[in-house]
Amino acid sequence: MSFLSTLFPAYAEIFLLVMVSAILIVDLFLTNPNKTVTYALVQLTLLGCSMITVSTHQHGVVYLFHNMFVDDLMSDVLKMLSYLSVSMMLVYSRNYLMVRGLFTGEFMALTLFALLGMMVMISASHFLTLYLGLELLSLSLYAMVALQRDSAIATEAAMKYFILGALASGLLLYGMSMFYGATGTLEVAAVSDAITHGVPNKALLVFGLVFVVSGLAFKLGAVPFHMWVPDVYHGAPTAMTMLIGTAPKLAAFAFVMRILVEGLQPLMVHWSGMLVILAVLSIAVGNITAIAQTNLKRMLAYSTISHMGFLLLGVLSGGIDGYGAAMFYAAVYVLMSLGGFGMIMLLSREGFEADTLNDYKGLNQRSPWLAFVMLLLMFSMAGVPPMVGFYAKFSVLSAVVNAGHIPLAVIAVLFSLIGAFYYLRIVKLMYFDAPESHVPISIQPDSGLLISMNGLAVLALGIMPGTFMSVCAVAVQQSLLLH
Amino acid sequence: MIFGLPVLSVVIWLPIIFGILVLATGNDRNAPLARIIALVGALLGFLVAIPLYTGFDKMTSAMQFVEMRDWITRYNIHYHLGVDGISMLFILLNSFFTPLVVIAGWKVIEKRVAQYMAAFLIMSGLVNGVFASLDAVLFYVFWEAMLIPMFIIIGVWGGPNRVYAAVKFFLYTLLGSLLMLVALLYLYFQSGGSFEILDYHQMAIPMAAQILVFIAFFAAFSVKVPMFPVHTWLPDAHVEAPTGGSVVLAAIMLKVGAYGFIRFSLPITPDASHKLAGVMIALSLIAVVYIGLVALAQSDMKKLVAYSSISHMGFVTLGFFIFNAYGMEGALLQMISHGFVSGALFLCIGVLYDRMHSRQISDYGGVANTMPVFAAFFMLFAMANSGLPGTSGFVGEFMVILGAVKVNFWYAFLAAATLVFGAAYTLWMYKRVIFGAVANHHVAKLTDITLREKFVFVILALTVLGMGLYPLPFSEIMHASVNDLLVHVARSKL
Repeated sequence: MSFLSTLFPAYAEIFLLVMVSAILIVDLFLTNPNKTVTYALVQLTLLGCSMITVSTHQHGVVYLFHNMFVDDLMSDVLKMLSYLSVSMMLVYSRNYLMVRGLFTGEFMALTLFALLGMMVMISASHFLTLYLGLELLSLSLYAMVALQRDSAIATEAAMKYFILGALASGLLLYGMSMFYGATGTLEVAAVSDAITHGVPNKALLVFGLVFVVSGLAFKLGAVPFHMWVPDVYHGAPTAMTMLIGTAPKLAAFAFVMRILVEGLQPLMVHWSGMLVILAVLSIAVGNITAIAQTNLKRMLAYSTISHMGFLLLGVLSGGIDGYGAAMFYAAVYVLMSLGGFGMIMLLSREGFEADTLNDYKGLNQRSPWLAFVMLLLMFSMAGVPPMVGFYAKFSVLSAVVNAGHIPLAVIAVLFSLIGAFYYLRIVKLMYFDAPESHVPISIQPDSGLLISMNGLAVLALGIMPGTFMSVCAVAVQQSLLLH
Repeated sequence: MIFGLPVLSVVIWLPIIFGILVLATGNDRNAPLARIIALVGALLGFLVAIPLYTGFDKMTSAMQFVEMRDWITRYNIHYHLGVDGISMLFILLNSFFTPLVVIAGWKVIEKRVAQYMAAFLIMSGLVNGVFASLDAVLFYVFWEAMLIPMFIIIGVWGGPNRVYAAVKFFLYTLLGSLLMLVALLYLYFQSGGSFEILDYHQMAIPMAAQILVFIAFFAAFSVKVPMFPVHTWLPDAHVEAPTGGSVVLAAIMLKVGAYGFIRFSLPITPDASHKLAGVMIALSLIAVVYIGLVALAQSDMKKLVAYSSISHMGFVTLGFFIFNAYGMEGALLQMISHGFVSGALFLCIGVLYDRMHSRQISDYGGVANTMPVFAAFFMLFAMANSGLPGTSGFVGEFMVILGAVKVNFWYAFLAAATLVFGAAYTLWMYKRVIFGAVANHHVAKLTDITLREKFVFVILALTVLGMGLYPLPFSEIMHASVNDLLVHVARSKL
């Protein structure tokens, strides 16, 4: 019993693993094609996880499993946001997947395994734990993209995702092995100590750093390692796109924090320069290429790339301000993306994907409320106040200016001006153009309510952003100071 | 205090709340209800703004009706409101125009009435927020947020080329705003973590930084004013906007840009302002002379008035950058007067457009024969636009020219040219549209203005004449604040 009680920081992960195994078995005995029971169990599991995370929260930092696993405020906040995001994703995609025959027990089990991977990543304090979490997440996602077996485009996307993802994992592992060679340890804190106290072979470290940063950039989808993003976003069924585009970005943020900030802080001069290039290229290429897209999912893919550039800007600015801003940005991005992809699924119906821009023509005449929600989301992504997206950009820019990179801030705002154009185009299509189709929009009550709440949350958080901003800053601060 | 609530908050949020109520009426089946709620909201919005005037202390340049609340503590951002003698007048101007715009769109707007009315009400509240904000981030939020309703107004209810105009309007303004945001962040860190605009007024800033900050502010405000050479969005937006949109653009939006110069550029970067005053004066004079000539060549009435607005706003920026009391007060009076006059002119053109669906001068002629009452009102506003003594247009222009003479005779000489051009393009247009024989059978079938239209014009005519004959109620309010501003501008902050 005493052994079990020492495991309390990992209770949420253990609970999730037990539940997902149970769900996998229970699902075999359920014959209801709508999977109502499985779905309810999954949602209850998420609720249970969040209750466990809240109740096992402790002030300070707790290590477990010989310093391979860490529980701090940042990990708890990120985990809570991940539960919320996955839960919302399931609500949005239930009807969408059901009419396509993809709402299966495997889908839900894989979703939960992906979530488990994210949680392990978020709580990792050892390079191997990080890697294990990342692979669990990635392998679940590869399988999910390929779940629609009869779709050539989905299979192609899965293949591309798998090969490039495997390459990125290889790069990461290779880089990590360099760190092991130079410092003799893979523990995040110990690596940091070893570098601070001086290692004989600094070149080896920087060499390894290049590989690690490249691997990270692959996973984040930062330019020039972004090629998989548009194809995967476009090819995967929208529900999977939503999963790839939301919660894993929170895990990726944690990954960046654990490796670069907690582990390799002494090498900041080296990695921040690399991040500048990645960030500027991502913001530039993402925003410019998005203009040329006619498919909303591809457009959102490029928009994601530019958002990741902004997130990296926050990280490279450093300090509590910068990391807090990046965390806030990641969370806000997830909220907006959920709404954006949710809208695509809401407007889709059997045999019809509402994923080209023209499908949004005249939405204001077909459904003023949905058009208004989409307007809120688009202006938020463009960073126009009073939507919360503005405060995300604001906090990142303020960190950049504080770090003295004013030219970088100017470049970022100029490209977000270009970005504003394609978000505006959606608003233009919805409000100024006449509809092409008059098929009535049928909305499920649960996802309809959720998208309304999602849109209003973007506005409400924009009017009162202070609390959430402070939570992110405090979370980052506690994790960094106490390590 | 109104019903125990602070005045400025009510002035900002009441129109917005009514706007949401109007939206809630839904589709066009409930259009009559939407119109009534909108009118009630707009009138209440004006009524609650009146205590700002009656309770205003003219003797002090300090901020009045101040409200201060924590908003985003992490960045030390406050919900900080207050008005001085300058911003208070613009809040009144804006609140005054909202009911007129609602009335002007009463019959004309037939599709998506609720959204139209709601957009104007929400925008009215947001513009009041711009004028009342004393916190830079709060200011920025209102400043950007007001783009959204304007974008929708131009794009949904505008003319044939409305999409192009709406996008151009939005992107132009956003570009300037984003640069201003970077400047504000720089000031935030320089000031040791404050977003208070009034703190920035006192803060020492080195010359190189002042110039960059000035340029960033210039990018934001010059687009809105608009100054030459970033004025090109205005004719497009004006021409394609519905009448109400044009009125709000001309009467209010342009003033927001000029107000930015007074609240930010001049007091925060006085040394850069002095250093770059030559450039600013040159741009202002180009706007006055060159844009005046451009206006002369227009064949579209709305475009003509749009260019005339740019030319008149050139006068305003000229008044700011000659740094004396005549120039500054003249410029402010000119802003208010231009709000009334250009708003009235756009309403006049709207009256014609609603009947003929054309804005081309060549489609008209001899309107006086069929619409005599309208012709009389149009005459008054045309005269005011050309700066006839006795109308409001005269006071501001005269003072700016007076101020300019003190600085440099040639500034004054060129500025005075606007009086000639202004009279030329306005009256020539008036002549071609109103006088002469009835041009075609469309004009022959015109009916004179209705009671609703008359009501709007009578109010505007009284204001234009009143301000021209007795400008004291306006100028005495701004006196203390203008003097304080001039002291700030004269004091070096290096």
